[in-house]
Amino acid sequence: MNPLQQLIAFVTIVTKEITRFLRIWQQTLVPPAISTLLYFVIFGSLIGKRIGQMDGFDYMDFLVPGLILMSVINASYQNVVGSFFGAKWGKSIEELLVSPTPIVIILLAYITGGVARGALVGLIVTGVSLFFSDLQIHSLAVLFSIVMLTAILFSLCGLMNAIFAKTFDDVSIIPTFVLLPLTYLGGVFYSIHLLPDFWQQVSMANPILYMVNAFRFGFLGISDVSLFVSYGMILFFITCLFIASLYLLARSRGLRA
Amino acid sequence: MDYALRTHQLSKTYANGVIALKGVDLAIAQGDFYALLGPNGAGKSTVIGILCSLVNKTAGNVEIFGVDIDRDFARAKSFLGVVPQEFNFNIFETPLQIVRNQAGYYGIDRQTALTQAEKYLKLLGLWDKRAERAGELSGGFKRRLMIARALVHEPRLLILDEPTAGVDIEIRRSMWDFLRQINSAGTTIILTTHYLEEAESLCRNIGIINQGTLVENTSMRTLLRQLNVETFVLDLEQPLTVVPASLAHNTHMVDPTTLEIAVDRDDNLNHVYAMLSAADIKVRSMRNKANRLEQLFINLVGQAPGSSK
Repeated sequence: MNPLQQLIAFVTIVTKEITRFLRIWQQTLVPPAISTLLYFVIFGSLIGKRIGQMDGFDYMDFLVPGLILMSVINASYQNVVGSFFGAKWGKSIEELLVSPTPIVIILLAYITGGVARGALVGLIVTGVSLFFSDLQIHSLAVLFSIVMLTAILFSLCGLMNAIFAKTFDDVSIIPTFVLLPLTYLGGVFYSIHLLPDFWQQVSMANPILYMVNAFRFGFLGISDVSLFVSYGMILFFITCLFIASLYLLARSRGLRA
Repeated sequence: MDYALRTHQLSKTYANGVIALKGVDLAIAQGDFYALLGPNGAGKSTVIGILCSLVNKTAGNVEIFGVDIDRDFARAKSFLGVVPQEFNFNIFETPLQIVRNQAGYYGIDRQTALTQAEKYLKLLGLWDKRAERAGELSGGFKRRLMIARALVHEPRLLILDEPTAGVDIEIRRSMWDFLRQINSAGTTIILTTHYLEEAESLCRNIGIINQGTLVENTSMRTLLRQLNVETFVLDLEQPLTVVPASLAHNTHMVDPTTLEIAVDRDDNLNHVYAMLSAADIKVRSMRNKANRLEQLFINLVGQAPGSSK
């Protein structure tokens, strides 16, 4: 395939992916808005007033960036794992495999689909948060880049999960037992400075901590960790997962006999 | 001769140790309508899986229109259209989306893809159903959808893995007519089927694969010529108590009003009728006991098509 044909194949897959999650908007776009709304009401409005300030900001303002990024993480992950595993399970992935579309184009297109859903859900949740908080923006560039990079990273995580998954149970295990704990313990709801030294050090091994703090920096200009270290960590994981995904797809792991 | 497909010593051993192919050599000419037959588990689907990259070969070479799949599989795949045995489209998408997207995967721009999709959906009688969910189509329409999807990029080689399985005879016949048309327009077709009447009716050349080995690879005419004896079933007007001595050597009484009579290829039916008349046996009707190809198939692989090992 020449580059133009590859671009057409890429756009076709991305369009198909976006059409898919828009078609089932009740399952893909509404739930994050509702769950975030509940977080804002319970943790922000009700409990948050009793907590007072966190790192010099109202708790609600402190909470908003973490909740937005949490929804981006979940949406991008769920989009790719759901779509790719569904295609694998229903064998419609064979439509792509028998075609001359290069593996790298398939990979990039699925990532783009995940990023699109992650970004859209992030926007929806940001809209919801405006009812509870007067958002200030410290650095739009940081906000934009962290959302994109985080969505890319978790799209890749979702793809890896889908490649290895053999049943629908396998698709839900990672989000429940890995993603959720890492997100909740990744500084979404608190500053790690509240933790004892030992647990602060343990928290530093959680990659989501770096993303949440970098994103919070974009809004509030504060972070528990260095911004450069955050970018470095995210880029490192993206590079590793991209290479691993490409390798697994090229080797047809779980796709071909 | 220009070949659409050539395989040399194509072999496949699955991870569980099952040897599916043991050095298969195939040579299918451009423009051919080729039947690849064999009992269940013989290796037909493995051959097709390797050709369309759904199965990784263990050894051997494959060339599609002269392009070695080990050198440029993407180009080789661009020549292929595949209709698999099982439905493998997204049941939540519409036929139009499925066919148009497939064109996109081959690098065909959106406008051309729409035109092509419309052309093939209309040709296969699916245009009125273009906006319905694919999962809600009947079995026959699902089969036709997979053919439309395989043809949308106008492949030079169309591979059909049991394309008429589970469809009624009327739709099957209309699909045969359609396949004949695209073959006569220049598309090479490889067909696997358990309906041997289908293979005999459509295909010019035939390969029979059994236990991973190609046991026959010849023209349909040559193969059918190998059949020396045909068996006819006769329904009699009057019941018989015993087979007359003049017919005993080639006749078997199934029941008092039914005889099976074996006729040599060198013999003719006039002679048979003469013997029946001489024995004062009146025949109400006569039919061929088995499809000719089916008889040969059983002779070659020792079991009926569609049966498992």
